[in-house]
Amino acid sequence: MSSFISFLINGISLGSVYAIIALGYTMVYGIAKMLNFAHGDVIMVGGYVVFVASSTYGLPIWLSIVLSVVVCTVLGITIERIAYKPLRGASSLSVLITAIGVSYFLQNAALIIFGADTKSFNSVVDFPSISLMGGKVIISDETIVTIVVCILVMVLLTTFINKTKTGQAMLAVSADRGAATLMGINVNKTIAVTFAIGSGLAAIAGVLLCSAYPVLSSTTGSMPGIKAFTAAVFGGIGSIPGAMIGGILLGVIENLSKAYISSQLSDPIVFGILIILLLFKPSGLMGKQIQEKV
Amino acid sequence: MKLKYKKKSLRYALITYAMVLAFYMVCEVMLRSGFMSSLMKGLLVPICYYSMLAVSLNLVVGISGELSLGHAGFMCIGAFAGAIFAQTAGAALPGWAELFIAIILGAVIAGIFGFLIGIPVLRLRGDYLAIVTLAFGEIIKNVINVVYLGIDSKGVHFSMKDSLSLGLEPDGVTIIKGAQGISRLPRNATFTLGIVLLIIALFIVLNLINSRHGRAIMAIRDNRIAAESIGISASKYKMLAFVVASAIAGVAGVLYSHNLSTLQSSSSNFGYNQSIMMLVFVVLGGIGNIRGSIIAATILTILPEKLRFLDDYRMLIYAVVLIVMMLFNSAPAAIDFRARMAAKFARHRNAGEVEDE
Amino acid sequence: MKKWRLAALTAMAAMALAACGGSSEETTAAATEGAETEAAAEADTEAAAEETEAAEGAVWTFGGTGPLTGTTAIYGTAVMNGAQIAVDEINAAGGINGYQVNWIFEDDEAGTETAVNAYNALKDQGMQVMIGTTTSGSCMAVIAETETDNMFQITPSGTTADITIPANVYRMCFSDPAQGTKSAEFIATHELATKIGVIYDSSDTYSTGIYENFAAEAQNRGLEVVAVESFTSENKTDFRTQLQKIQDAGAELVFLPFYYTEASLVLRQADEMGFDPLFFGCDGMDGILTLPDFDTSLAEGLMLLTPFAADATDDLTVSFVTQYQEQFGEVPNQFAADAYDCVYVLKQAIELAGATPDMSVSDLCDAIVAQMGNVSYDGLTGAGIQFTEDGEPNKDPKAVVIENGAYVLMD
Repeated sequence: MSSFISFLINGISLGSVYAIIALGYTMVYGIAKMLNFAHGDVIMVGGYVVFVASSTYGLPIWLSIVLSVVVCTVLGITIERIAYKPLRGASSLSVLITAIGVSYFLQNAALIIFGADTKSFNSVVDFPSISLMGGKVIISDETIVTIVVCILVMVLLTTFINKTKTGQAMLAVSADRGAATLMGINVNKTIAVTFAIGSGLAAIAGVLLCSAYPVLSSTTGSMPGIKAFTAAVFGGIGSIPGAMIGGILLGVIENLSKAYISSQLSDPIVFGILIILLLFKPSGLMGKQIQEKV
Repeated sequence: MKLKYKKKSLRYALITYAMVLAFYMVCEVMLRSGFMSSLMKGLLVPICYYSMLAVSLNLVVGISGELSLGHAGFMCIGAFAGAIFAQTAGAALPGWAELFIAIILGAVIAGIFGFLIGIPVLRLRGDYLAIVTLAFGEIIKNVINVVYLGIDSKGVHFSMKDSLSLGLEPDGVTIIKGAQGISRLPRNATFTLGIVLLIIALFIVLNLINSRHGRAIMAIRDNRIAAESIGISASKYKMLAFVVASAIAGVAGVLYSHNLSTLQSSSSNFGYNQSIMMLVFVVLGGIGNIRGSIIAATILTILPEKLRFLDDYRMLIYAVVLIVMMLFNSAPAAIDFRARMAAKFARHRNAGEVEDE
Repeated sequence: MKKWRLAALTAMAAMALAACGGSSEETTAAATEGAETEAAAEADTEAAAEETEAAEGAVWTFGGTGPLTGTTAIYGTAVMNGAQIAVDEINAAGGINGYQVNWIFEDDEAGTETAVNAYNALKDQGMQVMIGTTTSGSCMAVIAETETDNMFQITPSGTTADITIPANVYRMCFSDPAQGTKSAEFIATHELATKIGVIYDSSDTYSTGIYENFAAEAQNRGLEVVAVESFTSENKTDFRTQLQKIQDAGAELVFLPFYYTEASLVLRQADEMGFDPLFFGCDGMDGILTLPDFDTSLAEGLMLLTPFAADATDDLTVSFVTQYQEQFGEVPNQFAADAYDCVYVLKQAIELAGATPDMSVSDLCDAIVAQMGNVSYDGLTGAGIQFTEDGEPNKDPKAVVIENGAYVLMD
């Protein structure tokens, strides 16, 4: 029993990291209608900025995180401006391939700048772990922070979208871009803001990912990126609570299949469950079913 | 009107075949006169199988309009089917017969998997279809990566744990060793064979596109509901395109497994990155443009190798080239600019002709 | 619009073809006349020159491949840099048989197909002997090529048993059987534990190979393997579930046949869980003490088989490590050390054979292979290294334990 609880908690903590990454994916998809394959690599950049700021330049950790968020936000806006904005109106496949190009670019730029050796990351949180059931179940400090931050981010994001003017503009652009333009909403600006928020979230995800799993290399972001993409689809891409639920479910399923079925086949099992889910709910758990019109 | 359409499509097909044959001739001449570098020699067969993969994926993405991110999975199935045959029953056969049967086997098995996977996949749309095909590709790769297969006097042994648990007799041989894959494979794929297979693949795809079935497939792509309302069965035709594309990818896989002496189901060989690479060929060559797929596959197979002189900056520059090419090809502003330049050029030429008179 | 796109693509195709024509011209000499170096070919044209003078412009061209990009870039970079130091030293001391050495290296992204491409690219640059490849999987693909061309190949770090099957291929590191079997043997003879858990990378040829041999020998020795857990290259950050299962199975010792970057996470997560068994690793574990910012107290008591320790105090290691740090700003790992040793072994074999760079690749290979049995070399990764006819080094893996942040030899 205590093992099961441990597996479950590990799953939730892994899932929370997926969830934060998935939030970025899903926001960008919902508003810009594009799969931003470079999102995972922005996470990696976020991790490196914190690493360099705190480890090389000795800045305090809170300042490093702020710096990381700023750098990633600027990076996100720049990528959007240079690589995605000119393609507005082109086919979604073209944008997808460009995003892949950006992803290759970021990975290889990081490889050249930071070198090929893996960096060990110092955890940004440091307080004692919680011990339950007489020491049989241990929840690490990173796990607690990850889960708390994840919930916090979701609440803030939902509030932002529902209560502010910019958030409402995002919803409008997401629902109908043409109509939003007619209503005087600056679509370009709204999409830029979305990228800024998404990339800022990626920086936070990067810090959490690297704290929970303290190694950092140029490909750190790519697999969590794909997993988070899967999580976003799982929950219904474009839906914020969906991304959260999808991420956590994915982490839990992955860990439980590692624990009780096969550690070699945890990925195929996760993907298998995704396929089965999509057969019964073709737009994910919380996704909107879009009626096809002639 | 119908005749004109036929004529046009025939001309397109003939030019495409001629282009492939011309490429073949140029390469053969260079090969025979010793004017080809080792690097290029080594790339000839890969160019063939990547072209086949691009052409077949274009059938799914361009003609049938379904975004698939799992094409490498079918290639993986074909490669392993071919390689297992080469190491077992095929080992006793002469090289050409082994290859011939391996190719048929690869096509059939990949086609069957295409059909099985197509049943759930083709019910989905757009980005959901993309993620499910990606998921299938990853499942295929990961599962094959943990398979152990051995043969001894008592028959075939199979395990997903390790070669120890195969429980082979002393005379047994392990065919697939998990992540270590299959090794010491025959390397009997040739450039000529690659070109022949490419032309056969082209023939099948171009004929399918220009047939009644092909027009039905495109009608479904352009407007599914309208097409269904005139009695075209969408799922049947989508499946047709998907299975044909899978079978061709399987053949490309057989060619792949007969070109290298070792075969591993690793991420770098059959991961989602490979599927994305194939999609890049298709998009860059022009969605729905079969000839463009071949040209793009050829260029993008050679390009990273030719950028080797850039050392560390190689993949960085490759990424930049990719982004710039996408922007140049697809950005509305760039298309406008090109159209303006073309118009200017045409005007200029007309003006010149007038002066000449 | 379509025409524009096609025109652009065709223009690029033409450029690519032109480029391959261009580069092939440079290498025509090498391609048609076996594989004399360009310099040697040039010298040949000066018919009047004496034989000794003709060879003066010649150089040895050693080539290697390894991943310089992607997740395993660290290993390829280490091999490239480690060999570079040896080559620089040799050149400063007058070269091999009086000829300077040229070291060329290509990125193979640790793939099979790309490794063959990289090998062909090196051939075009006049490679005579290959030091590579870095990773086991790509090595399996390249040995078939070098066997066909009969080019001498010595891999610094390809561990799969089958790599040394061709007569022209040698190995500098321990093979999978050597490590897996030796580890099980060591654990059994020293009675370290009877209940053993294993975590291995099921997507990696190196890790799977060692695990397989370990499992076979453990069975022979009566060791009880109570839990076998694995991970894949896509899931190599979270080991808590695997550790939990091993802990529940009651393992006293956990065998970790994979690289130190992942192992550092395993140690950290085990510590967080309060799981404290003995940990036992292989040569890939080397480097864990020099991982920047890693809390080395976690590695206390860790045992590993290693041929090389960067903090050893012998002169050779000290000078190598200092030079490497100065030149590349990193602490070298065993890949760099093996590559360094490869170059010196080659030097010795070539000197014994009295070979010259104007020999053809195939003749050179035969000459080196004939002398490999006579090589005896004291290097970074072992003293008195000799090679068997199968192409394996005879050096024995040494078990060390980490005490107070340093390796202590166990016996």
